[in-house]
Amino acid sequence: MISANLSAIFYLVSGILFILALRGLSSPETSRQGNLFGILGMIIAITVTFLTVGNFSTSTIYVFIFLLIGGAIGAFIAFKIPMTAMPELVAGFHSLVGLAAVFVAISAFKNPEAFNLGFPGDIKLASLIEMSIGAAVGAITFSGSIIAFLKLRGIMSGSPITFPGQHIVNLLIGISIFVLIYFLCSSQSESFFWSMIAISFLIGVLLIIPIGGADMPVVISMLNSYSGWAAAGIGFTLENTALIITGALVGSSGAILSYIMCKGMNRSFFSVILGGFGGDSSVSKDKKKDQKPVKSGNAEDAAFLLKNASSVIIVPGYGMAVAQAQHALREMVDTLKKNDIKVSYAVHPVAGRMPGHMNVLLAEANVPYDEVFELDDINNDFANTDVAFVIGANDVTNPVAKTDPQSPIFGMPVLDVEKCKSVLFVKRSLSPGYAGVDNELFYRENTMMLFADAKKMTEDIVKNI
Amino acid sequence: MEIDPFIFRFSIFILAIFVGYYVVWSVTPSLHTPLMSVTNAISSVIIVGAIIAALAGSSENIFEISSIFGFLAIVLAAVNIFGGFLVTQRMLQMYKKKKKNK
Repeated sequence: MISANLSAIFYLVSGILFILALRGLSSPETSRQGNLFGILGMIIAITVTFLTVGNFSTSTIYVFIFLLIGGAIGAFIAFKIPMTAMPELVAGFHSLVGLAAVFVAISAFKNPEAFNLGFPGDIKLASLIEMSIGAAVGAITFSGSIIAFLKLRGIMSGSPITFPGQHIVNLLIGISIFVLIYFLCSSQSESFFWSMIAISFLIGVLLIIPIGGADMPVVISMLNSYSGWAAAGIGFTLENTALIITGALVGSSGAILSYIMCKGMNRSFFSVILGGFGGDSSVSKDKKKDQKPVKSGNAEDAAFLLKNASSVIIVPGYGMAVAQAQHALREMVDTLKKNDIKVSYAVHPVAGRMPGHMNVLLAEANVPYDEVFELDDINNDFANTDVAFVIGANDVTNPVAKTDPQSPIFGMPVLDVEKCKSVLFVKRSLSPGYAGVDNELFYRENTMMLFADAKKMTEDIVKNI
Repeated sequence: MEIDPFIFRFSIFILAIFVGYYVVWSVTPSLHTPLMSVTNAISSVIIVGAIIAALAGSSENIFEISSIFGFLAIVLAAVNIFGGFLVTQRMLQMYKKKKKNK
C-alpha cells in the first residue's frame, strides 16, 4: 500500500503523460511516440490505483478478469474495424465512456465509504453535486452517442427527426435535471438519484435525434467533449488529479473540434444543436433546375482529360468513403504520376462524417500525408490547375456559398474547384447534397459529370489511361 | 483560514482546460480522427474509479450492488482503453511520408 500523497503524485505524472500524448499529435512524425506516452500514463494510473487500495483479495482477481475481458473485446474491435467505419466506432466508444461514468457514480452513491465521501444517506454535499453532474453528463453522453452511432451506421435514418415544441420539451427536461439534483442534495433520497439518471438518458436521445447526418462531425466532437466533462465530474468526486486533468483535456479538445467543424460549415454551434437542418425543403427548386443541360461523360472521356492534364487536384468527400473508393483512387493517382502529372489532394474540414475522416481514409490507401492539403493551403492553387477531380463531395465545392446570400450555405468556406480549367464530378446522380442546395457547378460548361459508383468509375478510368 | 482542497482541484481543472486548449489547437487537422480516438482512450482513465468501487466489496460478498457496477464499469472502460489506444496506433501507422525516390 502506498501513501495518498505518493499516489497523488503518480496520478499527476499520468495526467502529464496524457498531455504529451495529445501534444504528439501536432505532427504525424511524433504522433506514434505520443500514443505510447498515453499508454504509459494509463498503465501508471491503473497500477497506482491497485497499490493505493492495497488489499489484494479475491476481488482483485475478478478485477483482472473483467479487465481482460474488456481489453480483449476492445483489442478485437480495434484490429477488425474497417477504416471507413471509424466515425461510428468513435461514437460507440464515447457511449462506453459515458456509461462507465454513470456506473462509477452509482457505485460511489451506493458505497460512499469506499471513496471517503461519507456514508449512505449522508454523503458530503459537494461530492453529491459532483457525482450527480458526472452521472448526468455521462448518461447524456451515453444515449446521445448511441443515437449518433445508429445514425452513422445507417440503422437509423440520418435525416433529422423533429416534432413541434421540441426545443421547449428539451428545455423543460434539462431544467428538471437540475431540479432533481437540488432535491437529491436536500433529501439524499435514492429515488431522486435514479430519476435524475433516467431523465438524463432521455435528454441525450432527444438532443441528437433532430440533428442530420452531415452535421455528425459536430455531434461527434460535441459528444467527445461531453465524455470529457463527465470524466472530470467523476474526477472531482474521487478527488483524482489524473481524471480531472484528463477530463479537462478531453472536454476542451472536443469543444475545439466542434468549433472547427462549425466554422467549416459557417454555422453557429446553436443552429447545429437545435437541428432540423438538411430536410426536404428544396424539392420544388430541383425540378426547375433539372431542365438545364448537363454534360455527362464516361470513363474514357475522363481518362482522356486526366491524361492530357499537367496538374490535377483530387477533392474527396463522403461519397468516396461510402463507395470505399480510396484504394482505387490511389491507383489512379499512381498511374497519373507515372505520366508526370502533378497530383495533390484537397480536404475540406467537414468532408466526411467526422473530423479528419478523409485524411484517415487516404492514409489507409497509402497516400503520403504531405500530398494532402487543407482548404486554406490549397485553395489558391485551383486557378493554376488543369483538372479538379471531385469524388463524392458536393456542398463543399458549391460556388453558391460565395455568390448567393439567400442560400442556406452562404458564407461556408468552399473549395474553388470552378477555377480549374475543367472539373470532373464523380457522383451517383444530380441530386443535391446534404444541405439540400443544388450545385450550379453541375451545369457549367467546363464541368463533366461522371454518373457512377465512385469506386467503379475510378477503376474504369485507370483502365482507360 | 484554510483553503478548501476543492479549490486546489478546481485550479488544476481550469489550468488543464487551458493546457488542453493550446495543445489541441496545435494538433494538425489531418490527425483529428486519431485525436478523437486517443482522447477517447485517455478519458477511460475513469477506470480508476471503477477499480476502487470493485475492490470495495467485502471478502464475504464480492458482488454487492456497488461493486457490481464497479466491475461493469471496468469492462466498459477496458474496451475503450485497449480499443482506443490500439485503433489510434493502427491509424497512426498509416500516416507515412512520401518516399524520396518517387
